[in-house]
Amino acid sequence: MAALVDIIYGEHTTAGINAEVAGEALWLSAKDLERVSGWAHKHEGFCKADVCIPVPPARAGELVAGNRYNLVALASLLGQPVVADPAHDVWCIGEAAAERRRSLTSLKAPDFELPDLAGRGHRLSDYRGKKVLLVSWASW
Amino acid sequence: MWQALYEELGPEVFVPFAVAFDSGGNAAAEPWIAAASPTYPCVIDRKHIVAELYDMVNVPSAVWIDEQGMIVRPSEPAGVSDAFRKMDRANFSIPPAALAELQGKRKAYQDALRDWVAQGSASRFVPKREEVLRRMHTPSDAHVRAAANFRLGEYLAEHAHRDAAKPYFEEAKRLRPESWNYKRQAWALEDPMKAGGPEFWAAVDALGADKYYPGPDDI
Repeated sequence: MAALVDIIYGEHTTAGINAEVAGEALWLSAKDLERVSGWAHKHEGFCKADVCIPVPPARAGELVAGNRYNLVALASLLGQPVVADPAHDVWCIGEAAAERRRSLTSLKAPDFELPDLAGRGHRLSDYRGKKVLLVSWASW
Repeated sequence: MWQALYEELGPEVFVPFAVAFDSGGNAAAEPWIAAASPTYPCVIDRKHIVAELYDMVNVPSAVWIDEQGMIVRPSEPAGVSDAFRKMDRANFSIPPAALAELQGKRKAYQDALRDWVAQGSASRFVPKREEVLRRMHTPSDAHVRAAANFRLGEYLAEHAHRDAAKPYFEEAKRLRPESWNYKRQAWALEDPMKAGGPEFWAAVDALGADKYYPGPDDI
């Protein structure tokens, strides 16, 4: 069934993507797959930056159908959690636990950029060269 | 608390980077930021991204990061005690002994920061790499699934689907029961009074003596 969906992929959210919803599968065009997730389908498999993941032959039909790509199956291949609310046309694909473990245990502080009250972005790595106390709080 | 330390230690060598876990966005965080009028960066994290990246399960939590961008002390409570558990729930007063304990913890934490800024990696508050790794909680499949559920719930709540968001918040809380951020944020989104209401105190009463962040308590 064709649908206009919003996809939360890691830190990024892309709204209004043309998709084909079939059971648990979420089929996207090559262009939208790359726009949403950064992954592109190439001869070697699915590639992002300098990493390529081969398509296991047994799962090829689940991942690729003509010029459409199943984002949910790709997330499963990458070990990423998928939570969907088809009633509201929203899909959320989180980070893979293994990737998060690898990142944390390297002890390199994961970088991020978030806005202040005025909407101005602050990136953690902008403060390289100083000792940083990264501290959380909340109004609740 | 951080502004005075920021000015004392010097913005050229030390900076607090404050992150508000507030799915309510600016409207929720603004009065608090205005009251503190900080000159260090204060950002709003509607989706609790930093909590996920650094394994923070409550506030205030803090991580020490050195000049090279390496984690020196992983996520831990930042100069707080659980004095509030001894609060008189009728009038919100904290007994003097519990208050003194809280003030003592706050001072000890600030002194440890002063020592780190002065001594760098030679500070006795900088644990060895193995110890940092031992103290760190690394995410499991349940943790990342909890985060994805929370994020979807937050997105639905932000887009006026509060009722539809509830099951996702419930699932996040179920998958990550130790996260006070999930519990309290979800309550706050349901009803602003709920975060300090009966559900909150029932959850506090259900707490055991176990600590999420392993010691030793070297601060």
